[in-house]
Amino acid sequence: MNYLLQTPEQQQTMLQKIGVPSIETLLEQIPAELRLDRPLELPPALGELELDGELRQAAARTVGASSRVCFLGGGAYEHFIPAAVDELSGRGEFYTAYTPYQAEASQGTLQAFYEFQTLICQLTGMEVANASLYEGGTAVTEAAFMAMRVTGRTGPVIIPGGVHPQYQTVCRTYLESQDLSVVQTSLREGVTDLAALRSAITPATSCVVIQQPNALGMVEDIDAIREVVHASGALLVVVCDPISLGILKRPGDQGADIVVAEGQSLGIPLQFGGPYLGLLACRNDYVRKMPGRLIGKTQDRNGKSCYVLNLQTREQHIRRDKATSNICTNQGLMALRATIYLSLLGPHGLAELAELCCRRAHYLAQELARRTDVKVLSPKGFFKEFVIRHPQGGEFLKQKARAAGFDIGPTLEEFGDLPGVDPALRKEGVLVAVTECRTPEDLDGLVNALSN
Amino acid sequence: MNNTIATRLIFEQSQPGRRSVSWPAAPLADVSLQDMLPASSLAASPPPLPEVGEPDVVRHFVNLSTQNMSVDSHFYPLGSCTMKYNPKRHERWAKLPGIIDVHPSQRDEDLQGLLGILYELQEMLAEIAGLPCVSLQPAAGAQGELTALLVAKAYFRSRGEERTAVLFPANAHGTNPASAAAAGLTCRQLAGGPDGLLDLEELQRAVNAQTAVFMITNPSTLGLFEPRIAEAARIVHAAGGLVYIDGANMNAIMGITRPGDFGGDMMHYNVHKTFTGPHGAGGPGAGPIAVRDFLGPFLPGPVVVREEQNGEIVYRRHTPASSIGRVRTFFGNVGILLRGYFYLRTLGARGVRDAAEQAVLNANYLKSSLADVLPARYGRYCLHEFVASAQQILQQRGLSAMDIAKRLLDHGFHAPTVYFPLVVPEALMIEPTETESLATLDAFVDALRKIILEEDPAVVKSAPQTTPVCRPDEVRAARQPMMCWTCPPAESIVK
Repeated sequence: MNYLLQTPEQQQTMLQKIGVPSIETLLEQIPAELRLDRPLELPPALGELELDGELRQAAARTVGASSRVCFLGGGAYEHFIPAAVDELSGRGEFYTAYTPYQAEASQGTLQAFYEFQTLICQLTGMEVANASLYEGGTAVTEAAFMAMRVTGRTGPVIIPGGVHPQYQTVCRTYLESQDLSVVQTSLREGVTDLAALRSAITPATSCVVIQQPNALGMVEDIDAIREVVHASGALLVVVCDPISLGILKRPGDQGADIVVAEGQSLGIPLQFGGPYLGLLACRNDYVRKMPGRLIGKTQDRNGKSCYVLNLQTREQHIRRDKATSNICTNQGLMALRATIYLSLLGPHGLAELAELCCRRAHYLAQELARRTDVKVLSPKGFFKEFVIRHPQGGEFLKQKARAAGFDIGPTLEEFGDLPGVDPALRKEGVLVAVTECRTPEDLDGLVNALSN
Repeated sequence: MNNTIATRLIFEQSQPGRRSVSWPAAPLADVSLQDMLPASSLAASPPPLPEVGEPDVVRHFVNLSTQNMSVDSHFYPLGSCTMKYNPKRHERWAKLPGIIDVHPSQRDEDLQGLLGILYELQEMLAEIAGLPCVSLQPAAGAQGELTALLVAKAYFRSRGEERTAVLFPANAHGTNPASAAAAGLTCRQLAGGPDGLLDLEELQRAVNAQTAVFMITNPSTLGLFEPRIAEAARIVHAAGGLVYIDGANMNAIMGITRPGDFGGDMMHYNVHKTFTGPHGAGGPGAGPIAVRDFLGPFLPGPVVVREEQNGEIVYRRHTPASSIGRVRTFFGNVGILLRGYFYLRTLGARGVRDAAEQAVLNANYLKSSLADVLPARYGRYCLHEFVASAQQILQQRGLSAMDIAKRLLDHGFHAPTVYFPLVVPEALMIEPTETESLATLDAFVDALRKIILEEDPAVVKSAPQTTPVCRPDEVRAARQPMMCWTCPPAESIVK
């Protein structure tokens, strides 16, 4: 089965029309000595019914969030996805279309992405958003490069320990390959140590990257950090949790220069890490320094409003090695999912969702502190994710929860490098994330699991 | 039939008080949010998102979808993009519990089914490439290129060599030089020969002790196989450099010849092209890379390894010894990678080769059917695509490649890629793929002939007439950028 439509007779008709005896002649450009002289060694072809059976078996050997209770966090979250998100994004007219280069044949996509850009601006309080990047870690990296272009500074990018450890790793992979560097500063009592940050900034610092809420779930004092960062002329890059913006101040309203995020929470399934959605928004002044595709509104020949890919001279297919990024294929369909999701939620749906996550998380933290010998890192100051600890170790807690059918984590040891987190906490701590999907029974169940 | 009410911007449909979701009651009702979070961090009001009902949202996006052409609805012969049929079964399988609901922080022991599939995919991609080590991490072709260049850099550094130059032909995809720049390498473009193929003497003159990587798309963007690719690879290897194959055009050669067998040291796949992605209106893609064994230790982590433990097969994630690090936060664009896996399991070895051969036959059928009106200058036969030139039509009838492309939309066909590669004037890059019928191909040829021979060329120049809009003003869009609904025209940022 390979979805071919030509019958052998039709193939002959075509060969005759071309004037060749066989397909072999058409392949004459490929030297015989370079040909594969055997069939590929691939598993045998299977029809839909047989493969369906095999895949269901393989899937059954994988334990997903729907067969256990998922309190896992660390940058990917099990949020509820309204059915309309799947139904609408599952329309073939969207998902089997290409990048909207041919505007007249792509107004549906173009308008949806214009709405996406607007929704991300409304969400973050910024003035312009692009039409998506790959995911959170690469979005942080693109923001760092963009800050260098804006400021003309190429000194170390400063990333306090509260930024997701893997975002830091990804950023280092790319920056260090260009002989640029990342300087980490430490946390103090779970949040960015302002004094350490202040002393790390130099006149060559292009930007400081702050995550809000941070990787331990704690809310940072953005106003204080902004003052320190802006005093040096560096840009403030804020990595946000889109759901938290239902109740937390928008980074744009707090003076962020560039906002990035992992958009997975906005209607995108967990699917083992991808495809997810990188968000990037900034102030209008920086628009020509932005990476990635942008959709703009314009008029057609008859004066009718319409949408096109805009400012393409920033991009690789025109500017080649001088482009603002090498990104071409982005995460379009995931951006469409986020567009539908945010449209369905609206301001009040998002605010109530954020509050629900926050209140359920705080309820769980209180009950754990009250009814178990687990310590909660901080009784307040977190949004939907928090650290619990136990003298016998994070792994001990994780296994204990696991035995009762609950997944918590990652442990701080698994999570990665967290500068400023003392070795004892690192060994003893584990993250617990609470979304709207965790019912009161789930919350009490986890408390019970950890109490005996 | 256009529902212009429903396609108004979603923001213009907002009615304060209207909503689509409701949530359960929250606990701790007697505690103020200010007792949970610092008061200074709390917003006075939620973000100003639109307020619409679910019926509004559904009608809006359904109507928007009808303003697209897509593979499901139209022939989409967009050169270089491999717009083949995207099987519906893939969509069902990608949503199976145990696939769609897996958190990236779960333990390997809970993921044996999924890790087994990903391991098998690595093996299949290695076999098709003829290159043994595979990383599934890159999110798209461009990220695959960049990742492979970082692998090459790390390899050279491990040998105490500082090689800094990347070479590529003039007809390369723009991502090649952009990725080289992103890897901190310098770019040198090769003009190539008059036959649209590599000029080996030029290559020989260009390579030296600085040469890190020669990047080449083979088959090329002209739809031609480089017959002297093995010799080109020998030249690069003799200078100590590595050969990178941009695998965008693998659809033409899978099962027939392998990058590893014709001299490539590294390559990327575009799963969203060759292995039915789908394209998702611009993404997501997946750009896994395959490399030679001596480059394997530098691949980004994690890769999936297979081990025997007490007579049982176990799969686990593993970071290679000298890994360049992570290129993304979590494990690859798994949802897209899996669709590639489903496709390869459905086709098998024979099916893969048949697909490549049919893609070549379909392209040559179009090329030969159009030879008298839209000649393709390079190559007697093409592989999966060809680049026709409308230069003659432009001179004789005043119709440009763009005019022809736009008029095709009126005939119910998506346009080919136009004005790329730059080496062909008035380029129309046509890639039919293997999943189109003879009747569709014939109808496409008829349409093109009709357009070119249109009695009144003004009809073509005023195309398209049947689409929702006609020839948007891109210059205006760039001069007065409006990229956000609330944004007024921002004169200040006009260059």
